[in-house]
Amino acid sequence: MTLPQLFFTYFAISMTILSVLVVTRRNPVHSVLWMLVLFIHIAALYLFLNAEFLAAVQIIVYAGARLVLFVFVIMLLNLKKEKTEKKYQDQWPVGAGISLLMIIFFVLIMGKITELPALGKYSIEAIQSEGSLMTIGKVLYTEYILPFEIASVILLVAIIGAVVLAKKRIE
Amino acid sequence: MVPLSWYIVLSAVMFCIGVFGFLARRNLLIIFISIELMLNSVNISLVAFSHYLQSMTGQILVFFVIAVAAAEAAIGLAIIIAYYKNNPTIKVDEINLLKG
Repeated sequence: MTLPQLFFTYFAISMTILSVLVVTRRNPVHSVLWMLVLFIHIAALYLFLNAEFLAAVQIIVYAGARLVLFVFVIMLLNLKKEKTEKKYQDQWPVGAGISLLMIIFFVLIMGKITELPALGKYSIEAIQSEGSLMTIGKVLYTEYILPFEIASVILLVAIIGAVVLAKKRIE
Repeated sequence: MVPLSWYIVLSAVMFCIGVFGFLARRNLLIIFISIELMLNSVNISLVAFSHYLQSMTGQILVFFVIAVAAAEAAIGLAIIIAYYKNNPTIKVDEINLLKG
């Protein structure tokens, strides 16, 4: 086993354990904190895949903004009863069965993938010669300019929607 | 060199753990966190494909997934808070105002 494979094995095992911890903790704050560790692992995996920009975005947006939002909401809600009540819904065995079936399905169709599309022009050398940010920016602002604009509208809708939903009703 | 299939299997396993959390937990916040987990697992597979196929599309797609997921989380959490003001519970089996 080479060194990259060893690294990947560590990341895969710890990310699986962390995911299980995230969905099984009773206290949502503990869940969010495990999620933080998981996001840092995911960012490291992105670095591994030469996606430096996405690794930074993962840390800044997910770990920096999203999880803080979650913790704020947890603190706003009164979750004292949580400690005594049951964690799972009554149909949890069905959920476990479905997710097991999905794992089996995904692994089975993995073996069927024999043909991959032709390689694109963004090899590691091409990205290195231009810089990672430059490359992703050029693609984002030329080929994908329309989705980029639509994403800005979606974010605007989210801003307005969140304010409208959470504000006090004016009589 | 790590084979592409390893990344895909890791992504599939994380996705399925997220599915389990989504279907089985009672706490609405944990269900939201499970959705985040599923989105992130898909992001891993997209970045892996982007790297191995030497294409930029996967990374751009991850960028948009992050943007849309931010909108989703903001709206969803606002709905949770708005609901909690009327009816102080976030247990999904007790949220049955529509009697579905």
